Amino acid sequence: MIRVGVPSKGRLMQDCFDWFGARGVVMRRAGSDREYSGVVEGVEGVVPVLLSAGEIPRELAAGRIHLGVTGSDLVREQLGEDEVAEVTKLGFGHADLVIAVPNVWIDVETVDDLDAAAAGFRKAHGHRLRIATKYHRLVRDFLQAQGVADYQLVDSQGATEGTVLNGTAEAIADITSSGETLRANHLRILSDGLIHSSQAVLWASRMAEWSGEDLAAYAGLAAKLGVSARPF
Amino acid sequence: MTPKAAIRAEGERLLQAFVQAGALPVEADILQPAGTLLDLYGEDIRARAYVTDDPVRGEMMLRPDFTVPVVQAHMAHGAEPARYAYLGEVFRKQMRGSGRASEYLQVGYEVFDRMSPEAADAEVFALFRDLLAGLNLRPVTGDIGILMAAVRGLETSERRKAALLRHVWRPSRFKALLDRFAGRASVPAGRVALLERLKAGSPMALIEEAGTFVGLRSAEEIAARAEALVADAETPPIKATEAALLYDLLSLEAPAAHALSHLRGITPMLPAIGPAVDRFAARLEALAARGVDVATLAFEASHGRTALEYYDGFVFSFLADGMPPVASGGRYDALTAVLGAGAFIPAVGGVIRPGLVARLKGAVA
Repeated sequence: MIRVGVPSKGRLMQDCFDWFGARGVVMRRAGSDREYSGVVEGVEGVVPVLLSAGEIPRELAAGRIHLGVTGSDLVREQLGEDEVAEVTKLGFGHADLVIAVPNVWIDVETVDDLDAAAAGFRKAHGHRLRIATKYHRLVRDFLQAQGVADYQLVDSQGATEGTVLNGTAEAIADITSSGETLRANHLRILSDGLIHSSQAVLWASRMAEWSGEDLAAYAGLAAKLGVSARPF
Repeated sequence: MTPKAAIRAEGERLLQAFVQAGALPVEADILQPAGTLLDLYGEDIRARAYVTDDPVRGEMMLRPDFTVPVVQAHMAHGAEPARYAYLGEVFRKQMRGSGRASEYLQVGYEVFDRMSPEAADAEVFALFRDLLAGLNLRPVTGDIGILMAAVRGLETSERRKAALLRHVWRPSRFKALLDRFAGRASVPAGRVALLERLKAGSPMALIEEAGTFVGLRSAEEIAARAEALVADAETPPIKATEAALLYDLLSLEAPAAHALSHLRGITPMLPAIGPAVDRFAARLEALAARGVDVATLAFEASHGRTALEYYDGFVFSFLADGMPPVASGGRYDALTAVLGAGAFIPAVGGVIRPGLVARLKGAVA
Protein backbone atom coordinates (compact mmCIF):
# COMPACT_ATOMS: atom_id res chain seq x y z
CA MET A 1 0.00 0.00 0.00
CA ILE A 2 1.62 3.32 -0.92
CA ARG A 3 0.79 6.19 1.36
CA VAL A 4 0.27 9.59 -0.25
CA GLY A 5 0.48 12.61 2.05
CA VAL A 6 -1.97 15.31 1.00
CA PRO A 7 -2.82 18.63 2.67
CA SER A 8 -5.65 18.15 5.10
CA LYS A 9 -7.54 21.37 4.65
CA GLY A 10 -8.27 24.55 2.80
CA ARG A 11 -7.52 25.72 -0.68
CA LEU A 12 -4.41 23.57 -0.95
CA MET A 13 -6.41 20.39 -0.19
CA GLN A 14 -9.08 21.29 -2.73
CA ASP A 15 -6.55 22.16 -5.46
CA CYS A 16 -4.75 18.92 -4.74
CA PHE A 17 -7.93 16.81 -4.91
CA ASP A 18 -8.88 18.61 -8.14
CA TRP A 19 -5.47 17.91 -9.67
CA PHE A 20 -5.65 14.19 -8.93
CA GLY A 21 -9.36 14.10 -9.89
CA ALA A 22 -8.67 15.60 -13.31
CA ARG A 23 -6.39 12.59 -13.91
CA GLY A 24 -8.93 9.99 -12.89
CA VAL A 25 -7.73 9.56 -9.31
CA VAL A 26 -10.60 10.65 -7.10
CA MET A 27 -9.60 11.53 -3.54
CA ARG A 28 -11.90 12.66 -0.79
CA ARG A 29 -12.07 12.80 2.97
CA ALA A 30 -13.69 9.82 4.56
CA GLY A 31 -16.75 10.31 6.72
CA SER A 32 -17.29 13.71 8.24
CA ASP A 33 -15.43 16.93 7.56
CA ARG A 34 -13.72 16.58 10.90
CA GLU A 35 -12.20 13.17 10.26
CA TYR A 36 -8.62 13.21 8.98
CA SER A 37 -8.67 10.11 6.85
CA GLY A 38 -9.17 9.81 3.14
CA VAL A 39 -10.27 7.39 0.47
CA VAL A 40 -9.25 7.10 -3.15
CA GLU A 41 -11.05 5.69 -6.18
CA GLY A 42 -9.78 4.89 -9.63
CA VAL A 43 -6.46 3.34 -8.67
CA GLU A 44 -5.36 0.28 -6.66
CA GLY A 45 -2.94 0.05 -3.77
CA VAL A 46 -2.91 3.76 -2.86
CA VAL A 47 -4.10 5.34 0.37
CA PRO A 48 -4.29 9.08 1.02
CA VAL A 49 -2.94 10.34 4.33
CA LEU A 50 -4.30 13.75 5.33
CA LEU A 51 -1.61 15.88 6.96
CA SER A 52 -0.88 19.52 7.65
CA ALA A 53 1.12 20.78 4.64
CA GLY A 54 3.92 21.84 6.97
CA GLU A 55 4.31 18.29 8.31
CA ILE A 56 4.56 16.61 4.93
CA PRO A 57 8.33 17.29 4.45
CA ARG A 58 9.08 15.67 7.82
CA GLU A 59 6.93 12.62 7.00
CA LEU A 60 8.67 12.25 3.62
CA ALA A 61 12.10 12.46 5.28
CA ALA A 62 11.09 9.85 7.85
CA GLY A 63 9.80 7.56 5.10
CA ARG A 64 6.39 7.25 6.78
CA ILE A 65 4.72 8.30 3.51
CA HIS A 66 5.84 7.23 0.02
CA LEU A 67 4.53 10.29 -1.77
CA GLY A 68 3.53 13.73 -0.59
CA VAL A 69 2.16 17.00 -1.91
CA THR A 70 3.64 20.16 -0.45
CA GLY A 71 5.30 23.43 -1.44
CA SER A 72 8.78 23.29 -2.95
CA ASP A 73 9.80 26.08 -0.54
CA LEU A 74 9.29 23.87 2.52
CA VAL A 75 11.05 20.87 0.97
CA ARG A 76 14.04 22.86 -0.31
CA GLU A 77 14.37 24.52 3.10
CA GLN A 78 14.19 21.32 5.12
CA LEU A 79 15.29 18.37 2.97
CA GLY A 80 18.13 17.23 0.75
CA GLU A 81 18.08 15.60 -2.66
CA ASP A 82 19.06 12.28 -1.13
CA GLU A 83 15.79 12.28 0.83
CA VAL A 84 13.17 13.16 -1.79
CA ALA A 85 12.75 13.24 -5.55
CA GLU A 86 10.46 15.58 -7.44
CA VAL A 87 7.79 13.58 -9.29
CA THR A 88 5.99 16.48 -10.92
CA LYS A 89 5.05 20.10 -10.38
CA LEU A 90 1.33 20.56 -9.84
CA GLY A 91 0.91 24.09 -11.16
CA PHE A 92 -0.87 25.60 -8.15
CA GLY A 93 0.09 27.09 -4.81
CA HIS A 94 2.43 29.57 -6.48
CA ALA A 95 4.37 31.86 -4.15
CA ASP A 96 7.77 33.52 -4.30
CA LEU A 97 10.40 33.68 -1.59
CA VAL A 98 11.82 37.19 -1.97
CA ILE A 99 14.04 39.70 -0.21
CA ALA A 100 12.35 43.00 0.57
CA VAL A 101 13.72 46.24 2.01
CA PRO A 102 12.06 49.47 3.19
CA ASN A 103 10.67 51.43 0.25
CA VAL A 104 12.48 54.51 1.60
CA TRP A 105 15.82 52.87 0.83
CA ILE A 106 16.04 54.79 -2.42
CA ASP A 107 19.67 53.71 -2.83
CA VAL A 108 18.93 49.97 -2.76
CA GLU A 109 17.58 48.27 -5.87
CA THR A 110 19.56 45.01 -6.12
CA VAL A 111 21.28 42.40 -3.93
CA ASP A 112 24.53 44.17 -4.77
CA ASP A 113 23.15 47.37 -3.20
CA LEU A 114 21.96 45.41 -0.17
CA ASP A 115 25.51 44.13 0.36
CA ALA A 116 26.93 47.66 0.18
CA ALA A 117 24.20 49.00 2.47
CA ALA A 118 24.99 46.21 4.96
CA ALA A 119 28.65 47.29 5.07
CA GLY A 120 27.65 50.88 5.82
CA PHE A 121 24.97 49.84 8.29
CA ARG A 122 27.39 47.72 10.32
CA LYS A 123 29.87 50.60 10.47
CA ALA A 124 27.17 53.06 11.61
CA HIS A 125 25.28 50.83 14.05
CA GLY A 126 27.91 48.38 15.29
CA HIS A 127 25.92 45.29 14.41
CA ARG A 128 25.18 43.38 11.25
CA LEU A 129 22.13 44.25 9.16
CA ARG A 130 19.25 42.05 10.32
CA ILE A 131 17.12 40.11 7.83
CA ALA A 132 14.02 38.47 9.33
CA THR A 133 12.96 35.12 7.88
CA LYS A 134 11.88 31.59 8.62
CA TYR A 135 13.68 30.24 5.53
CA HIS A 136 17.16 30.27 7.04
CA ARG A 137 18.79 27.74 4.75
CA LEU A 138 17.39 29.05 1.45
CA VAL A 139 18.17 32.67 2.31
CA ARG A 140 21.68 31.97 3.60
CA ASP A 141 22.56 29.80 0.57
CA PHE A 142 21.26 32.53 -1.75
CA LEU A 143 23.20 35.34 -0.04
CA GLN A 144 26.34 33.23 0.30
CA ALA A 145 26.28 32.36 -3.40
CA GLN A 146 25.99 36.09 -4.15
CA GLY A 147 28.86 36.93 -1.79
CA VAL A 148 26.82 39.16 0.52
CA ALA A 149 28.49 39.98 3.85
CA ASP A 150 27.70 41.86 7.07
CA TYR A 151 24.13 40.63 7.46
CA GLN A 152 22.52 38.38 10.06
CA LEU A 153 19.38 36.30 9.89
CA VAL A 154 16.88 36.74 12.68
CA ASP A 155 14.19 34.13 13.10
CA SER A 156 10.62 35.14 12.38
CA GLN A 157 7.94 32.47 12.28
CA GLY A 158 5.06 34.78 11.45
CA ALA A 159 4.06 38.37 10.64
CA THR A 160 7.54 38.75 9.17
CA GLU A 161 6.47 41.79 7.12
CA GLY A 162 5.96 43.70 10.36
CA THR A 163 9.45 43.18 11.76
CA VAL A 164 10.94 46.24 10.04
CA LEU A 165 8.15 48.50 11.25
CA ASN A 166 8.58 47.04 14.73
CA GLY A 167 12.33 47.62 14.72
CA THR A 168 13.46 44.02 15.03
CA ALA A 169 14.91 43.77 11.51
CA GLU A 170 16.16 46.02 8.71
CA ALA A 171 14.96 43.80 5.84
CA ILE A 172 13.00 40.59 5.37
CA ALA A 173 12.96 37.43 3.28
CA ASP A 174 9.51 35.93 3.04
CA ILE A 175 6.94 34.20 0.85
CA THR A 176 4.64 36.48 -1.10
CA SER A 177 2.11 35.85 -3.82
CA SER A 178 0.85 39.33 -4.66
CA GLY A 179 3.24 41.60 -2.73
CA GLU A 180 0.22 43.34 -1.19
CA THR A 181 1.25 42.76 2.44
CA LEU A 182 4.80 43.90 1.67
CA ARG A 183 3.55 47.18 0.22
CA ALA A 184 1.19 47.69 3.14
CA ASN A 185 4.21 47.43 5.44
CA HIS A 186 6.21 49.94 3.35
CA LEU A 187 8.54 47.30 1.89
CA ARG A 188 9.74 46.74 -1.67
CA ILE A 189 11.13 43.59 -3.34
CA LEU A 190 14.71 43.83 -4.65
CA SER A 191 14.72 43.64 -8.46
CA ASP A 192 16.93 40.52 -8.34
CA GLY A 193 15.71 39.41 -4.92
CA LEU A 194 13.81 36.27 -6.00
CA ILE A 195 15.28 33.43 -3.93
CA HIS A 196 12.88 30.65 -4.83
CA SER A 197 9.76 30.41 -6.94
CA SER A 198 7.61 27.97 -5.03
CA GLN A 199 4.63 25.86 -6.07
CA ALA A 200 2.93 22.65 -4.98
CA VAL A 201 4.95 19.60 -6.01
CA LEU A 202 4.33 15.86 -5.77
CA TRP A 203 7.41 14.38 -4.05
CA ALA A 204 8.58 10.78 -3.73
CA SER A 205 10.38 9.78 -0.54
CA ARG A 206 13.70 8.01 -1.04
CA MET A 207 13.58 7.08 2.64
CA ALA A 208 10.33 5.06 2.44
CA GLU A 209 10.40 1.32 1.88
CA TRP A 210 9.28 0.57 -1.64
CA SER A 211 8.27 -3.11 -1.90
CA GLY A 212 7.66 -4.81 -5.26
CA GLU A 213 3.96 -4.40 -4.60
CA ASP A 214 4.39 -0.69 -3.84
CA LEU A 215 6.32 -0.15 -7.06
CA ALA A 216 3.59 -1.93 -9.03
CA ALA A 217 0.95 0.26 -7.37
CA TYR A 218 3.07 3.29 -8.13
CA ALA A 219 3.30 2.33 -11.81
CA GLY A 220 -0.50 2.12 -11.94
CA LEU A 221 -0.83 5.55 -10.33
CA ALA A 222 1.92 7.00 -12.54
CA ALA A 223 0.10 5.85 -15.69
CA LYS A 224 -2.97 7.85 -14.62
CA LEU A 225 -0.92 10.90 -13.63
CA GLY A 226 1.18 10.81 -16.79
CA VAL A 227 4.53 10.65 -14.98
CA SER A 228 7.48 8.26 -15.19
CA ALA A 229 6.64 4.68 -14.12
CA ARG A 230 9.29 4.67 -11.35
CA PRO A 231 9.24 7.09 -8.41
CA PHE A 232 12.95 8.07 -8.84
CA MET B 1 44.52 0.19 18.72
CA THR B 2 41.12 1.48 17.61
CA PRO B 3 41.22 3.98 14.75
CA LYS B 4 40.37 6.80 17.17
CA ALA B 5 43.20 5.83 19.52
CA ALA B 6 45.64 5.57 16.60
CA ILE B 7 44.63 9.04 15.42
CA ARG B 8 45.01 10.49 18.92
CA ALA B 9 48.44 8.87 19.21
CA GLU B 10 49.44 10.53 15.92
CA GLY B 11 48.09 13.84 17.26
CA GLU B 12 50.07 13.45 20.50
CA ARG B 13 53.23 12.77 18.51
CA LEU B 14 52.71 15.98 16.48
CA LEU B 15 51.84 17.97 19.61
CA GLN B 16 55.08 16.80 21.27
CA ALA B 17 57.02 17.88 18.18
CA PHE B 18 55.44 21.34 18.41
CA VAL B 19 56.32 21.52 22.10
CA GLN B 20 59.91 20.54 21.32
CA ALA B 21 59.96 23.35 18.76
CA GLY B 22 59.35 25.72 21.67
CA ALA B 23 55.58 25.93 21.92
CA LEU B 24 53.59 26.19 25.13
CA PRO B 25 50.74 23.63 25.10
CA VAL B 26 47.34 25.33 25.57
CA GLU B 27 43.73 24.22 25.85
CA ALA B 28 40.54 25.84 24.58
CA ASP B 29 36.88 25.37 25.47
CA ILE B 30 34.78 23.27 23.12
CA LEU B 31 31.77 25.53 23.64
CA GLN B 32 32.63 28.93 22.18
CA PRO B 33 30.38 32.03 22.31
CA ALA B 34 28.67 32.23 18.93
CA GLY B 35 28.69 36.04 18.85
CA THR B 36 32.44 36.41 18.36
CA LEU B 37 32.55 33.83 15.57
CA LEU B 38 29.48 35.31 13.85
CA ASP B 39 30.92 38.82 13.99
CA LEU B 40 34.15 37.51 12.49
CA TYR B 41 32.89 35.17 9.79
CA GLY B 42 29.33 36.38 9.25
CA GLU B 43 26.24 34.30 8.80
CA ASP B 44 28.05 31.88 6.46
CA ILE B 45 29.56 30.12 9.47
CA ARG B 46 26.14 28.85 10.55
CA ALA B 47 26.23 26.53 7.55
CA ARG B 48 29.55 25.09 8.81
CA ALA B 49 29.49 25.23 12.60
CA TYR B 50 27.18 23.51 15.05
CA VAL B 51 25.11 26.04 16.93
CA THR B 52 23.55 25.29 20.28
CA ASP B 53 21.83 27.17 23.06
CA ASP B 54 22.91 27.57 26.62
CA PRO B 55 20.30 28.80 29.08
CA VAL B 56 22.82 31.10 30.77
CA ARG B 57 25.45 31.93 28.15
CA GLY B 58 23.14 32.20 25.14
CA GLU B 59 24.02 31.01 21.67
CA MET B 60 27.16 28.86 21.61
CA MET B 61 29.08 27.04 18.90
CA LEU B 62 30.99 23.80 19.04
CA ARG B 63 34.58 24.93 18.41
CA PRO B 64 35.00 25.15 14.60
CA ASP B 65 38.70 26.00 14.99
CA PHE B 66 41.30 26.87 17.63
CA THR B 67 42.70 30.05 16.16
CA VAL B 68 40.08 32.37 17.61
CA PRO B 69 40.27 31.14 21.24
CA VAL B 70 44.08 30.90 21.11
CA VAL B 71 44.37 34.46 19.77
CA GLN B 72 41.90 35.71 22.39
CA ALA B 73 43.87 34.05 25.19
CA HIS B 74 47.13 35.50 23.91
CA MET B 75 45.71 38.99 23.47
CA ALA B 76 44.27 38.88 26.99
CA HIS B 77 47.34 37.70 28.90
CA GLY B 78 50.10 36.39 26.66
CA ALA B 79 53.79 37.21 26.92
CA GLU B 80 55.78 38.17 23.82
CA PRO B 81 57.03 36.56 21.72
CA ALA B 82 54.93 33.44 22.16
CA ARG B 83 54.55 30.03 20.57
CA TYR B 84 51.50 27.89 21.33
CA ALA B 85 50.51 24.32 20.48
CA TYR B 86 47.17 22.57 20.94
CA LEU B 87 45.43 19.31 20.18
CA GLY B 88 41.71 18.72 20.19
CA GLU B 89 38.50 18.12 18.30
CA VAL B 90 36.95 20.61 15.96
CA PHE B 91 33.42 20.32 14.62
CA ARG B 92 32.26 21.21 11.11
CA LYS B 93 28.99 20.41 9.38
CA GLN B 94 29.62 18.74 6.04
CA MET B 95 27.63 18.63 2.83
CA ARG B 96 25.26 15.71 2.42
CA GLY B 97 26.94 12.76 0.80
CA SER B 98 30.43 14.29 1.01
CA GLY B 99 31.60 11.49 3.29
CA ARG B 100 33.78 14.00 5.15
CA ALA B 101 34.18 13.86 8.91
CA SER B 102 32.15 16.36 10.92
CA GLU B 103 34.26 15.85 14.07
CA TYR B 104 38.02 15.43 13.88
CA LEU B 105 41.25 16.18 15.70
CA GLN B 106 43.35 19.20 14.83
CA VAL B 107 46.86 19.76 16.11
CA GLY B 108 48.18 23.27 15.68
CA TYR B 109 51.10 25.61 16.15
CA GLU B 110 50.82 29.40 16.36
CA VAL B 111 53.62 31.99 16.53
CA PHE B 112 53.09 35.53 17.86
CA ASP B 113 56.28 37.44 17.11
CA ARG B 114 56.75 41.01 15.90
CA MET B 115 60.51 40.82 15.34
CA SER B 116 60.70 39.12 11.97
CA PRO B 117 57.40 38.01 10.40
CA GLU B 118 59.07 36.46 7.35
CA ALA B 119 61.35 34.34 9.53
CA ALA B 120 58.29 33.22 11.51
CA ASP B 121 56.46 32.31 8.27
CA ALA B 122 59.43 30.17 7.22
CA GLU B 123 59.72 28.61 10.69
CA VAL B 124 56.10 27.41 10.61
CA PHE B 125 56.26 26.15 7.03
CA ALA B 126 59.56 24.31 7.53
CA LEU B 127 58.36 22.73 10.77
CA PHE B 128 55.24 21.42 9.04
CA ARG B 129 57.30 20.18 6.09
CA ASP B 130 59.61 18.23 8.42
CA LEU B 131 56.74 16.69 10.40
CA LEU B 132 54.93 15.64 7.24
CA ALA B 133 58.04 14.40 5.40
CA GLY B 134 57.65 11.03 3.70
CA LEU B 135 53.89 11.37 3.18
CA ASN B 136 54.39 12.55 -0.39
CA LEU B 137 52.30 15.69 0.08
CA ARG B 138 52.11 18.57 -2.37
CA PRO B 139 52.83 21.94 -0.70
CA VAL B 140 51.15 25.03 -2.15
CA THR B 141 51.85 28.57 -0.96
CA GLY B 142 50.37 31.98 -1.58
CA ASP B 143 50.40 35.53 -0.28
CA ILE B 144 47.16 37.44 0.10
CA GLY B 145 49.17 40.49 1.22
CA ILE B 146 50.39 41.09 -2.33
CA LEU B 147 46.83 41.12 -3.67
CA MET B 148 45.68 43.47 -0.90
CA ALA B 149 48.62 45.81 -1.57
CA ALA B 150 47.75 45.84 -5.27
CA VAL B 151 44.16 46.85 -4.48
CA ARG B 152 45.29 49.57 -2.08
CA GLY B 153 47.56 50.95 -4.78
CA LEU B 154 44.88 51.25 -7.48
CA GLU B 155 44.30 54.71 -8.90
CA THR B 156 40.64 54.86 -8.00
CA SER B 157 38.34 56.10 -5.25
CA GLU B 158 38.84 55.01 -1.64
CA ARG B 159 35.27 53.73 -1.71
CA ARG B 160 36.03 51.32 -4.55
CA LYS B 161 39.21 50.12 -2.88
CA ALA B 162 37.34 49.49 0.36
CA ALA B 163 34.66 47.54 -1.51
CA LEU B 164 37.31 45.33 -3.15
CA LEU B 165 39.23 44.78 0.09
CA ARG B 166 36.05 43.85 1.92
CA HIS B 167 35.50 41.01 -0.58
CA VAL B 168 39.07 39.73 -0.95
CA TRP B 169 37.94 36.42 0.59
CA ARG B 170 34.91 36.09 -1.70
CA PRO B 171 36.55 35.61 -5.10
CA SER B 172 33.40 35.71 -7.25
CA ARG B 173 32.09 38.89 -5.62
CA PHE B 174 35.56 40.45 -5.84
CA LYS B 175 35.76 39.63 -9.54
CA ALA B 176 32.28 41.03 -10.23
CA LEU B 177 33.23 44.30 -8.52
CA LEU B 178 36.56 44.51 -10.29
CA ASP B 179 34.88 43.84 -13.66
CA ARG B 180 32.48 46.68 -12.98
CA PHE B 181 35.09 49.15 -11.68
CA ALA B 182 37.33 48.32 -14.64
CA GLY B 183 34.50 48.91 -17.12
CA ARG B 184 34.66 45.27 -18.30
CA ALA B 185 31.11 44.54 -17.18
CA SER B 186 28.23 46.78 -18.13
CA VAL B 187 26.37 48.56 -15.36
CA PRO B 188 23.36 46.38 -14.37
CA ALA B 189 20.00 47.60 -15.72
CA GLY B 190 18.65 48.10 -12.19
CA ARG B 191 21.56 50.38 -11.36
CA VAL B 192 21.07 52.51 -14.48
CA ALA B 193 17.41 53.11 -13.59
CA LEU B 194 18.38 53.78 -9.98
CA LEU B 195 20.97 56.38 -10.98
CA GLU B 196 18.45 58.15 -13.18
CA ARG B 197 16.02 58.34 -10.31
CA LEU B 198 18.69 59.58 -7.93
CA LYS B 199 19.67 62.33 -10.36
CA ALA B 200 16.04 63.44 -10.60
CA GLY B 201 15.95 65.01 -7.17
CA SER B 202 17.69 65.49 -3.86
CA PRO B 203 18.01 62.26 -1.87
CA MET B 204 16.01 63.70 1.03
CA ALA B 205 13.16 64.67 -1.30
CA LEU B 206 13.17 61.18 -2.85
CA ILE B 207 13.08 59.56 0.58
CA GLU B 208 10.18 61.80 1.49
CA GLU B 209 8.30 60.77 -1.66
CA ALA B 210 8.90 57.06 -0.97
CA GLY B 211 6.34 57.11 1.81
CA THR B 212 6.32 56.07 5.44
CA PHE B 213 9.79 55.84 6.95
CA VAL B 214 10.46 52.46 8.54
CA GLY B 215 13.62 50.82 9.86
CA LEU B 216 16.73 51.65 11.81
CA ARG B 217 18.80 52.73 8.81
CA SER B 218 18.52 56.51 8.99
CA ALA B 219 17.59 58.95 6.22
CA GLU B 220 21.09 60.43 6.54
CA GLU B 221 22.70 57.03 5.90
CA ILE B 222 20.43 56.43 2.91
CA ALA B 223 21.12 59.89 1.48
CA ALA B 224 24.87 59.51 2.00
CA ARG B 225 24.98 56.27 0.03
CA ALA B 226 22.73 57.71 -2.70
CA GLU B 227 25.17 60.59 -3.11
CA ALA B 228 28.10 58.19 -3.11
CA LEU B 229 26.43 56.14 -5.88
CA VAL B 230 26.05 59.20 -8.05
CA ALA B 231 29.67 60.17 -7.38
CA ASP B 232 30.80 56.61 -8.15
CA ALA B 233 28.98 56.66 -11.49
CA GLU B 234 31.11 59.66 -12.41
CA THR B 235 34.35 57.99 -11.28
CA PRO B 236 36.31 56.93 -14.37
CA PRO B 237 37.00 53.19 -14.74
CA ILE B 238 40.22 51.76 -13.36
CA LYS B 239 42.80 52.20 -16.12
CA ALA B 240 42.99 49.23 -18.48
CA THR B 241 46.72 48.74 -17.90
CA GLU B 242 46.29 48.77 -14.12
CA ALA B 243 43.29 46.43 -14.27
CA ALA B 244 45.20 44.04 -16.54
CA LEU B 245 47.97 43.81 -13.92
CA LEU B 246 45.44 42.97 -11.23
CA TYR B 247 43.77 40.27 -13.34
CA ASP B 248 47.22 38.90 -14.09
CA LEU B 249 48.03 38.85 -10.38
CA LEU B 250 44.78 37.03 -9.50
CA SER B 251 45.66 34.15 -11.82
CA LEU B 252 49.41 34.04 -11.12
CA GLU B 253 50.50 30.44 -10.51
CA ALA B 254 54.17 29.58 -10.79
CA PRO B 255 57.08 28.14 -8.83
CA ALA B 256 57.85 30.64 -6.05
CA ALA B 257 61.21 31.87 -7.38
CA HIS B 258 59.70 32.41 -10.81
CA ALA B 259 56.66 34.17 -9.30
CA LEU B 260 59.04 36.53 -7.49
CA SER B 261 60.84 37.57 -10.67
CA HIS B 262 57.46 38.03 -12.38
CA LEU B 263 56.26 40.25 -9.50
CA ARG B 264 59.56 42.21 -9.58
CA GLY B 265 58.87 42.73 -13.27
CA ILE B 266 55.44 44.27 -12.74
CA THR B 267 56.31 46.30 -9.62
CA PRO B 268 57.42 49.39 -11.64
CA MET B 269 53.92 49.50 -13.15
CA LEU B 270 52.21 48.85 -9.79
CA PRO B 271 54.61 50.46 -7.29
CA ALA B 272 52.22 49.94 -4.36
CA ILE B 273 53.02 46.23 -4.28
CA GLY B 274 56.73 46.96 -3.78
CA PRO B 275 56.85 46.50 0.02
CA ALA B 276 54.70 43.34 -0.18
CA VAL B 277 56.96 41.91 -2.89
CA ASP B 278 60.00 42.73 -0.71
CA ARG B 279 58.38 40.76 2.12
CA PHE B 280 57.73 37.89 -0.29
CA ALA B 281 61.42 37.96 -1.30
CA ALA B 282 62.52 38.00 2.35
CA ARG B 283 60.25 35.02 3.06
CA LEU B 284 61.70 33.04 0.15
CA GLU B 285 65.19 33.76 1.49
CA ALA B 286 64.15 32.58 4.95
CA LEU B 287 62.57 29.47 3.42
CA ALA B 288 65.69 28.74 1.36
CA ALA B 289 67.81 29.11 4.51
CA ARG B 290 65.68 26.32 6.02
CA GLY B 291 66.33 24.10 3.03
CA VAL B 292 63.09 24.70 1.11
CA ASP B 293 63.65 24.56 -2.65
CA VAL B 294 61.95 27.79 -3.74
CA ALA B 295 62.73 27.04 -7.40
CA THR B 296 60.08 24.29 -7.30
CA LEU B 297 57.80 25.37 -4.41
CA ALA B 298 54.30 26.00 -5.84
CA PHE B 299 52.98 29.57 -5.47
CA GLU B 300 49.43 30.67 -6.30
CA ALA B 301 48.55 34.33 -5.72
CA SER B 302 44.88 33.43 -5.05
CA HIS B 303 45.62 30.51 -2.70
CA GLY B 304 43.66 30.72 0.55
CA ARG B 305 41.04 33.13 -0.80
CA THR B 306 38.02 31.22 0.44
CA ALA B 307 35.19 32.24 2.69
CA LEU B 308 35.59 31.54 6.44
CA GLU B 309 39.28 32.41 6.31
CA TYR B 310 41.08 35.34 7.81
CA TYR B 311 44.58 35.08 6.33
CA ASP B 312 46.02 38.34 5.11
CA GLY B 313 49.59 37.42 4.18
CA PHE B 314 51.50 34.17 3.70
CA VAL B 315 49.27 31.10 3.25
CA PHE B 316 50.14 27.45 2.74
CA SER B 317 48.58 24.00 2.40
CA PHE B 318 49.92 20.47 2.23
CA LEU B 319 47.72 18.47 -0.12
CA ALA B 320 47.12 14.84 -1.00
CA ASP B 321 44.80 13.58 -3.72
CA GLY B 322 41.30 12.56 -2.72
CA MET B 323 41.20 14.13 0.75
CA PRO B 324 40.83 17.56 2.34
CA PRO B 325 44.08 19.49 2.98
CA VAL B 326 46.24 17.47 5.38
CA ALA B 327 47.67 20.70 6.78
CA SER B 328 47.05 24.39 6.20
CA GLY B 329 47.89 27.71 7.73
CA GLY B 330 48.91 31.26 7.22
CA ARG B 331 49.43 34.73 8.59
CA TYR B 332 46.52 36.55 10.25
CA ASP B 333 47.82 39.86 11.54
CA ALA B 334 44.48 41.65 11.08
CA LEU B 335 42.63 39.05 13.17
CA THR B 336 44.77 39.84 16.22
CA ALA B 337 43.80 43.51 15.87
CA VAL B 338 40.08 42.63 15.61
CA LEU B 339 40.18 40.32 18.65
CA GLY B 340 42.71 42.39 20.57
CA ALA B 341 40.49 45.42 21.18
CA GLY B 342 43.09 47.84 19.90
CA ALA B 343 46.17 45.75 20.56
CA PHE B 344 47.87 44.07 17.63
CA ILE B 345 50.63 41.54 17.04
CA PRO B 346 51.77 39.82 13.86
CA ALA B 347 50.79 36.15 14.00
CA VAL B 348 51.23 33.07 11.86
CA GLY B 349 50.29 29.45 12.41
CA GLY B 350 48.76 26.34 11.02
CA VAL B 351 47.00 23.06 11.74
CA ILE B 352 47.54 19.43 10.82
CA ARG B 353 44.78 16.80 10.78
CA PRO B 354 46.22 13.74 12.54
CA GLY B 355 43.41 11.57 11.16
CA LEU B 356 44.56 12.18 7.61
CA VAL B 357 48.21 11.67 8.56
CA ALA B 358 47.32 8.33 10.17
CA ARG B 359 45.38 7.33 7.08
CA LEU B 360 48.31 8.20 4.79
CA LYS B 361 50.62 6.15 7.02
CA GLY B 362 48.25 3.20 6.74
CA ALA B 363 47.60 3.25 10.50
CA VAL B 364 43.85 3.62 9.95
CA ALA B 365 41.62 2.89 6.97
